[in-house]
Amino acid sequence: MLTSFLQDKQLTIALDGEIDHHSAQRIMQQIGGKIDQFLPASCILDFERVSFMDSSGIAVVLNARRRMNELGGSVILLNVQPQPMKILCSAGIEQIAKIS
Amino acid sequence: MKTENFMRLEFPSHSANESFARQAIACFAAQLDPTLDELGDIKTAVSEAVTNCIVHAYPDCIGIVTMKAKILKDNVLQITVRDHGCGIPDVEKARQPMYTTGGSERSGMGFTIMESFMSDLKIISKPGLGTTIQMKRKLSRKGVRP
Repeated sequence: MLTSFLQDKQLTIALDGEIDHHSAQRIMQQIGGKIDQFLPASCILDFERVSFMDSSGIAVVLNARRRMNELGGSVILLNVQPQPMKILCSAGIEQIAKIS
Repeated sequence: MKTENFMRLEFPSHSANESFARQAIACFAAQLDPTLDELGDIKTAVSEAVTNCIVHAYPDCIGIVTMKAKILKDNVLQITVRDHGCGIPDVEKARQPMYTTGGSERSGMGFTIMESFMSDLKIISKPGLGTTIQMKRKLSRKGVRP
């Protein structure tokens, strides 16, 4: 189960491990469930403990963004490590989600 | 081209084997002393190729995925991922960024990432007969310790 906390309507979700097709569906469901539960104004996905990500991770971010768009909110990506950053940049994710 | 070393793996198209394939290619490539960046690129390309087999080649069944790797002259790593699944009807269309038949769970970036992270990508596919992906990457050997 992903860990998360809510502060000032900002939901932070800590991702961890390897994000691939095998794990992505579970991660998407958990992120969607937390957004639906807390209805935040913004959602921070913390990538600090993500050691590997393939293009399945792009779909994870796109799904979170789609759900947050429905709420009129935004998605922020935090602490993205070099390997996941390369994948996200190859898809132009920085144009649709803030990376800090 | 002369082969200096090689390996061959066969495994069923269970999604749990995506991670296994990545670790296996990383172990094999280690003898070329890749940098962390190179290793990340190779693992990502293999992950994409194997995921394609699982999601697209065998959508309704479990089939066999074959991964072969060769070390060629001048520190070139050649990787082949093969399935005997449904094949790709239009390879050029499948290579386009963001094109997917996998729904919202897929980003359609698999071939684009394989193409940009590896130095050469060949896709041979026939509907009903399966798909072979061959990719190469020349390693810098900057990871060699002095």
